[in-house]
Amino acid sequence: MNATSTTIPPEPMLPQPYVVRRRSRETSNTYTLELQPTSGAAPVPFVAGQYNMLYIFGIGEVPISISGDPTRPQILVHTVRQVGAVTRAICALKRGAGLGVRGPFGQPWPVVEAVGQDLILVAGGLGLAPLRPVLYYLLAHRDKYGNIVLLYGARTPEEILYRRQLEQWRARFDMEVWVTVDRASESWRGSVGSVTRLIARAPVDPLDTVAMVCGPEVMMRFTIVGLLQSGVAPESIFVSMERNMQCAIGFCGHCQFGPTFVCKDGPVLRYDRILPWFGKREM
Amino acid sequence: MQTLEPILAAHPFFKDLEPRFLTLVAGCAANGRVHAGEFLFREGEAANQFYLIRHGKVALQLFVPEQGPRTIETIEAGEVLGWSWLFPPYRWHFDAQALELTRVLVFDGQCLRAKCEADHDLGYVFMQRFAQVMIQRLQATRMQLLDLYSVQA
Repeated sequence: MNATSTTIPPEPMLPQPYVVRRRSRETSNTYTLELQPTSGAAPVPFVAGQYNMLYIFGIGEVPISISGDPTRPQILVHTVRQVGAVTRAICALKRGAGLGVRGPFGQPWPVVEAVGQDLILVAGGLGLAPLRPVLYYLLAHRDKYGNIVLLYGARTPEEILYRRQLEQWRARFDMEVWVTVDRASESWRGSVGSVTRLIARAPVDPLDTVAMVCGPEVMMRFTIVGLLQSGVAPESIFVSMERNMQCAIGFCGHCQFGPTFVCKDGPVLRYDRILPWFGKREM
Repeated sequence: MQTLEPILAAHPFFKDLEPRFLTLVAGCAANGRVHAGEFLFREGEAANQFYLIRHGKVALQLFVPEQGPRTIETIEAGEVLGWSWLFPPYRWHFDAQALELTRVLVFDGQCLRAKCEADHDLGYVFMQRFAQVMIQRLQATRMQLLDLYSVQA
């Protein structure tokens, strides 16, 4: 599979049995799980931006973005926050515990189309997880891109995801990592404020920049305003949408968003193509 | 003699400002440096300056009894700090503390107010630019208030 091609798995409705290989705590309510097929085979390769349906037997199924490295598909990585019964059960899985995995599904971030351009990635909260595969990919092909800037907004310093990895990326000379939090104690020496305020200062050429945005929808709306004000073209802005995805293959219609199904046409969507529906309350 | 005009012109706050206005503004400006931990101003003090941050980071803080200072936001390179000098009673509403070595352009507010009063075109330009900064800060603060990244959001 190349960086942007996607195909629906041959048995898309049949969960494959996986086991937890490793579980690590990111924040008080967020965990990263490394999974491997029970059969011992390699996981199905994925591209940055895709998601899997994770199934806890007897409880339910949820769509979760893949947060691992697409250039190392032998390890399937998901970062999950406890928000409901299924995600609580997933986060409680110990090493060796089983779960079902369907996927990968969905359209990816345009990392191949962005070759030769600057990239600005704007993440809010857990929205960093679906963008992490993009960063892995970009850094594995660093010479093909211009400036790479990650703007990340978290609620508090304690809720920053992948903290050690962010520090490593920040130490690199070939990318910019700017982190800001909404609120902090006196000991925090970093930035405080909305992530949208960082956009205007990002060292990219707006006329030759691809923007990838992932976070709560309100945050994405304001981020897009900031990107447009900075001169980034609407057709160069991509967002990862979140809707009630259930079948993951465009059959059930639960995730319909205007003329698109977020599960199969998304979750990554080009902003100018969803503009008429983006921010509509009825959607 | 080297003037501050090229430095002012390079700062985003003064982007595309007419040269005649730049000359007027430069007459009220000086270079400054603030070390980590030092305060640029404190709540309740007379507000007679504003700052353009050239390098570094300043925390805008409010002291909360029994909790200590709480940072509302940080102001960083390319941004402007302080608008209380523009409006009566010309008092700061927050503390501003440098979090790291910070280089600034500091402007004499009384000098600028006098020039804006004498030249309303300059005053209008200033008001426009500060209003834009205020709108951006207000919107960003509203987003912070929404607590978008909480589990319930």
